[in-house]
Amino acid sequence: MIRGVIIMNDQGKPRLVKFYEFQPVEKQQELVRSIYRSRRAENVSNFVKVDSLFGPDVRLVYKTFATLYFVFIFDNSENELAMLDLMQVFVETLDKCFSNVCELDVVFNFKKVHTILDEIILGGQVLETSSSEVVKAVEEISKMESNGNSIISSIPGWQGR
Amino acid sequence: MGSQGGFGQSKEFLDLIKSIGEARSKAEEDRIVLREIEVLKARLSDPNTPKFKLKEYIIRLLYVEMLGHDASFGYIHAVKMTHDDNLLLKRTGYLAVTLFLNEDHDLIILIVNTIQKDLKSDNFLVVCAALNAVCRLINEETIPAVLPQVVELLGHQKEAVRKKAVMALHRFYQRAPGSVSHLISNFRKRLCDNDPGVMGATLCPLFDLITIDADKYKDLVVSFVNILKQVAERRLPKSYDYHQMPAPFIQARICMNGLEENLTALQNAYMDIPFFKEAGKIKLLKILALLGSGDKKASEQMYTILGDIMRKCDSTSNIGNAILYECVRCVSSLHPNPKLLEAAADAISKFLKISPEIAEQHQLAVIDCLEDPDDTLKRKTFELLYKMTKSSNVEVIVDRMIEYMISISDSHYKTEIASRCVELAEQFAPSNQWFIQTMNKVFEHAGDLVNAKVAHNLMRLIAEGFGEDDNTADSQLRSSATLKEKFAVQHAGLGHEKSSERVESYLRIMGEPKLPSAFLQVICWVLGEYGTADGKYSASYITGKLCDVAEAHPEDDTVKAYAVTALMKIYSFEIAAGRTVDILSECQSLIEEMLASHSTDLQQRAYELQAILNLDAQVVEKIMPVDSTCDDIEIDKSLSFLDGYVRQSLENGAQPYIPESERSGMSNISDFKSHEDHESSTHALRFEAYELPKPSLPPNVPPVLASSTELVPVPELSYVSDILQSATSAPHASDAGSSALKLRLDGVQKKWGRPTYSSSTPSTSSTDNIVKIQSETTQRDSVGNSDPKTRDVSYNSKKQQAVEISPEKQKLAASLFGGASKSEGRHQKTPKPQNHTSDKSRAAKAVDIAPVKTSQPPPDLLDLGEPSITTGGPTIDPFKQLEGLLELTQDATPVSGGGVGTADASDFSSLFANMSVSVPSYGVDNPVSDVINGNGLGGSTVESSVQQMSKGPNLKEALEKDALVRQMGVTPLSQNPNLFKDLLG
Repeated sequence: MIRGVIIMNDQGKPRLVKFYEFQPVEKQQELVRSIYRSRRAENVSNFVKVDSLFGPDVRLVYKTFATLYFVFIFDNSENELAMLDLMQVFVETLDKCFSNVCELDVVFNFKKVHTILDEIILGGQVLETSSSEVVKAVEEISKMESNGNSIISSIPGWQGR
Repeated sequence: MGSQGGFGQSKEFLDLIKSIGEARSKAEEDRIVLREIEVLKARLSDPNTPKFKLKEYIIRLLYVEMLGHDASFGYIHAVKMTHDDNLLLKRTGYLAVTLFLNEDHDLIILIVNTIQKDLKSDNFLVVCAALNAVCRLINEETIPAVLPQVVELLGHQKEAVRKKAVMALHRFYQRAPGSVSHLISNFRKRLCDNDPGVMGATLCPLFDLITIDADKYKDLVVSFVNILKQVAERRLPKSYDYHQMPAPFIQARICMNGLEENLTALQNAYMDIPFFKEAGKIKLLKILALLGSGDKKASEQMYTILGDIMRKCDSTSNIGNAILYECVRCVSSLHPNPKLLEAAADAISKFLKISPEIAEQHQLAVIDCLEDPDDTLKRKTFELLYKMTKSSNVEVIVDRMIEYMISISDSHYKTEIASRCVELAEQFAPSNQWFIQTMNKVFEHAGDLVNAKVAHNLMRLIAEGFGEDDNTADSQLRSSATLKEKFAVQHAGLGHEKSSERVESYLRIMGEPKLPSAFLQVICWVLGEYGTADGKYSASYITGKLCDVAEAHPEDDTVKAYAVTALMKIYSFEIAAGRTVDILSECQSLIEEMLASHSTDLQQRAYELQAILNLDAQVVEKIMPVDSTCDDIEIDKSLSFLDGYVRQSLENGAQPYIPESERSGMSNISDFKSHEDHESSTHALRFEAYELPKPSLPPNVPPVLASSTELVPVPELSYVSDILQSATSAPHASDAGSSALKLRLDGVQKKWGRPTYSSSTPSTSSTDNIVKIQSETTQRDSVGNSDPKTRDVSYNSKKQQAVEISPEKQKLAASLFGGASKSEGRHQKTPKPQNHTSDKSRAAKAVDIAPVKTSQPPPDLLDLGEPSITTGGPTIDPFKQLEGLLELTQDATPVSGGGVGTADASDFSSLFANMSVSVPSYGVDNPVSDVINGNGLGGSTVESSVQQMSKGPNLKEALEKDALVRQMGVTPLSQNPNLFKDLLG
């Protein structure tokens, strides 16, 4: 499963930290810091073994997008390259949701970023890999949310059961 | 869509982020955050705070916690917010609790109720939020509380809800496998869901279940195969295609489920479906590996499909490579099958081919290290180079080493480098000429530090010549060696240019005390042996020089001994040639001085010299044949020529000879003696490695003296102790003797120590031949490894702009690493060897693959094949785009990748026109762009530029954003706040 997703900027400031298994705040900070410290030169592989941080067989894949580092931490049930592609899906989705996404978008809208991520990964499993599907879902959510101070009501046509 | 104006946040929040962004130190940041915490504490606990404000406070709290500060005081507020009726607030609350709390937190109990209620909500967004929370917050104890609702949601009308419900159940299964065991049938039902998303999600839990017990789910194979067919036949919505691959993630999951139960069924499906070629078979392969390891039968079943997958995999995209990689891993764990292993090796080499540039970067890094001012780095680099030396790059490496050796002063390390130079030169020397030159250099600069045997090796090599039958070549070499010695002398600042300046050079030689003794020894020996051979220099000139050398080193007996022996040789050659010898006065005085020397060795040599000078030409010719260092001579080991003497002595009443072993009293001493002899000889010479089956003894001074009874009276035997011992003691000594006597100039024995010599070949010339052959074969090997044809010619022609590395470095890299450096391939367009092996079969394979690729339209190679760009690409000259890009982006490397991707059709046809050369290059090219740029960013870069050209407002927007960002100061260091502009369209 995917253990966590971290977005941080090139100065090591976390922009989004999400672990799919609970980590205490201090531990989270420590992990972010140590991941930041283990950044490597551009010309080496961005697959890193992080046994020391997360336990056996846990790896992380990172990728730099301008000023942001995207880091996916996962165990041996996932493939590195597939994770890299999932990262691409994530970033694509971000870019579609915030046209021309930049670091600030992530900072100020991290609730929305969380929403997007929740649509892609749920409970450490890949939920959705089609970025347009994700965008659709997120759009729907934000439309509903921004629909004034809408008091939750039944939405005709959406009721199941 | 898009970010709300001003990011839709309050001024306070903007200020907070701005001030944190501007904070110069962690302490400052902490201060700001602590202040913020105080504010939030007050506001949150204030009952009058309006609700919509509360939402923002919670968000700020999340932010604070993300920065690593305790926000636990606000948890309760987050929990309270989940109770809110407002959708936005509720969702915010849920987000906050999922981030703040863990499943065992005390507050969970307060949420469970809310979750229960929300799962029943009519609004699917609420349900989704609740399900999100369920995934994170429900522990084993609370599962029963929400399980019924979640199961019910599996039948929800909205697919997003069904999907998440499945995931939630999966989560439950992970937490407590027993809790959902009765729900398997629900999973099965969901597998047949109309929505591919739900179906795909269902694969996750099923995968887990099946991994544990496959038998129970055999019946699902049909469904799996059906789904697979649907996927492969592209009946799924387009949005699930990824990189032109039909829903790879789903395929992967299906495969992993389907295959483990029934390989054949899947195999059939696989065969049936032409599109099924690039599916993400990642998990499948993982499973296969699991199933196949150690199980021969299962492995055999998999061979076909694995081979197929590998064959059909195309490595132009990450996902394709992922599959390939998993294939290789799988194959490695299976019961071995040679064919498959070969294919796997091929696949690996494909990876290598994909990114020769990566290797290249390392090469250049090595070169950089060589020039690094840091000494440790250099040393490590030399260690690396030492390890990777082969016959193709030995010249460059040894040159470098010598250069470095000259520059350092640490004698310990100098010794090491020198010995390594020697070792490498001995092992890989491409020619004797080069070897001699190299050795000269080493001696010149580190002569005293080099093991004495090296000098003897050198002499022996010179003496043996090239080992060829051609004697003229030999003599040429020798004279050239002589000249070279002199040249080396010249180099050392001794200034021996032309005969007109002889006297001066004498003086200079005398004034140059620095020359290493070992080097002088070699010089003396060569001068003595071949100084007059080519007739260019007169005997008196050479002898004069030798005298100077001897005089210049009054302390060094070894050098003096060499000099005297050399003198002796020259004089005897002169005598033998019938010329009158006019001994220079300085020589005379030198000889006289040596006659009275404290060193018995020198004394003996001087006496010998004197004796020879008084002999007539014939005798001298016999004792000192010209140029016969390598000639074999018979030696009478039984010392039969002494028989008469022995008999006479016995008759005169002398004791008969008692063999050493029988001499009880003396055995210790003699044992010790022989032991010592053996010891020293092995230490210096390793005779065993050069055991010569038949005794051979080159005619040189002492042995000849010893063997010719008429010349040397019997008592002389005592001082030629070596000979006596070789005759009397153990057999090893005789071997030792034969090689020891060969060039016995000063009693130090020598050998020519290429490791390849260790074979026990009788005659030295033939060993030399063997060495030749061996080095030839190694060279041929290296040539064979680098099939120049597979090298692409047009490869990377587009990348010319990216060259920042100096051509010399690249050249160096090419010579060091056998030439994977791009400069050659790029500019010279000549076939060149590459260091990763590429044999013909692979080349053929590359051609195989090529036609498959032609069917793809070029823009498909881009990772993000957006249609608008696909059509836009060809209309614009790709190279113009590239140029534009170069100006736009500062990062040159990612840019370079996409060039070929957007190349229009004509480019393509031209690529394929010269198939034999450019096809492999094509195969190499695109993966390079893919891999190097990570995810085909190069391609997207091109897109972005296209987009920038076409979309005006976008740029404007970006600029506005940029301005805002600068104003905010959040990313003070970034030059490009519009992050993904250059990455995504």
